[in-house]
Amino acid sequence: MSGAPLVIIGSGLAGYNLAREWRKLDSTTPLLIISADDGRSYSKPMLSTGFAKNKQADELVMADVGAMAEQLNAELRTHTRVTRIEPEAKRLWLGNEALVYRDLVLALGADPIQLDIPGDAAEAVFSINDLEDYDRFRQAVAGKQRVLLMGAGLIGCEFANDLTSGGLSVSVVAPCEHVMPGLIQPAAAAAVQQALSDLGVQFHLGPVVSQLKRDGDALCAQLSDGQVINCDAVVSAIGLRPRTQLAADAGLAVARGVVVDRQLQCSLAHVYALGDCAEVDGLNLQYVMPLMNCARALAKTLAGEPTAVSYGAMPVVVKTPACPLVVAPPPAGRAGNWTVEGQAPDLRVLCHDEQGQLLGYNLTGGCTGERMALNKGLPALLA
Amino acid sequence: MSKWQCVVCGLIYDEAQGWPEDGIAAGTQWADVPEDWVCPDCGVGKADFEMIEIA
Repeated sequence: MSGAPLVIIGSGLAGYNLAREWRKLDSTTPLLIISADDGRSYSKPMLSTGFAKNKQADELVMADVGAMAEQLNAELRTHTRVTRIEPEAKRLWLGNEALVYRDLVLALGADPIQLDIPGDAAEAVFSINDLEDYDRFRQAVAGKQRVLLMGAGLIGCEFANDLTSGGLSVSVVAPCEHVMPGLIQPAAAAAVQQALSDLGVQFHLGPVVSQLKRDGDALCAQLSDGQVINCDAVVSAIGLRPRTQLAADAGLAVARGVVVDRQLQCSLAHVYALGDCAEVDGLNLQYVMPLMNCARALAKTLAGEPTAVSYGAMPVVVKTPACPLVVAPPPAGRAGNWTVEGQAPDLRVLCHDEQGQLLGYNLTGGCTGERMALNKGLPALLA
Repeated sequence: MSKWQCVVCGLIYDEAQGWPEDGIAAGTQWADVPEDWVCPDCGVGKADFEMIEIA
């Protein structure tokens, strides 16, 4: 009698890394992983460096679905969507098929925020949020040249750098004063933007795309400030929204993400969440490092040793090789004073509180090598 | 000299090359890489993931 399985919904970094960590502790309980995708294992951060490395989607795959099933001693159901969860009955539904679980983990990820752009070409806008998206986009721009990129956040800047390095000519349109607003300070942003401009990226910061029309095989974008940009493809990188609908429909608490406590448990028993879909003690951090902390803690909890997750300092490496950048945002609610040292592109932008305690930093160019020393002095995000 | 691969992102650390950008000299063995070094590609810490010896 093997009993009901642990069921993980999602085969991204969150789902697979949790499965890997948990299997180290429990080699016998059945494991079922349900994925809406094809179940190939890949690392999402690599979607931001694939053009510079000239990698086809297939070349980013680290293991196919059969290898993952074997490695994790798991049953994998791909191209399959969970349509409903009944937490009280510990049951989920795949259309008309019901499955009973011992515990359920939501590793659902996040959806690209979609804009409704007037014109006749809204469906020509790509988001690159998973390997299959990346594959479609690569095929769409094969032999093409001009890409309009909406969004100048972390992912927008990484794509701008990568697509340009891959030989495309990129125009960035975003309604902000400087790149990565809310994440980095103006001085660091200026250094990154200058380096990307020197690489060939055209920036149009301030306006938005107000209309997108087809023009033969190409596209014509009208900006809200009256400029017109002719391009061959449009990429939208304006942010991700945690996937919460399935949880909300099941009566689980959701806020920005699926609400979980420090043990990654949802508001009803035997349901857990981690990764981009989860809001852990009020924090929805869409990065790899917190995800890995959650995977290790949750693996222990699911193996019978209740474990609270903690986050230390979580510096984020931004993949803009034109001007390397490492960011450690100050913890939420901690205000401090920012100082700028150095000369672009090598900047040390530090945030200290009134007692002189380091709260966060932006390091650019040659200063990024100082991060290891600075990390020691940073406060934990979830102690 | 061996090579180690990050299981999260596939990055390869080659002991023969070290990682000079982070001040890790060529020839530095994996065991001697600082515990607070983070993967340059995915940002995950050395202590937080496994590098697999691949050669």
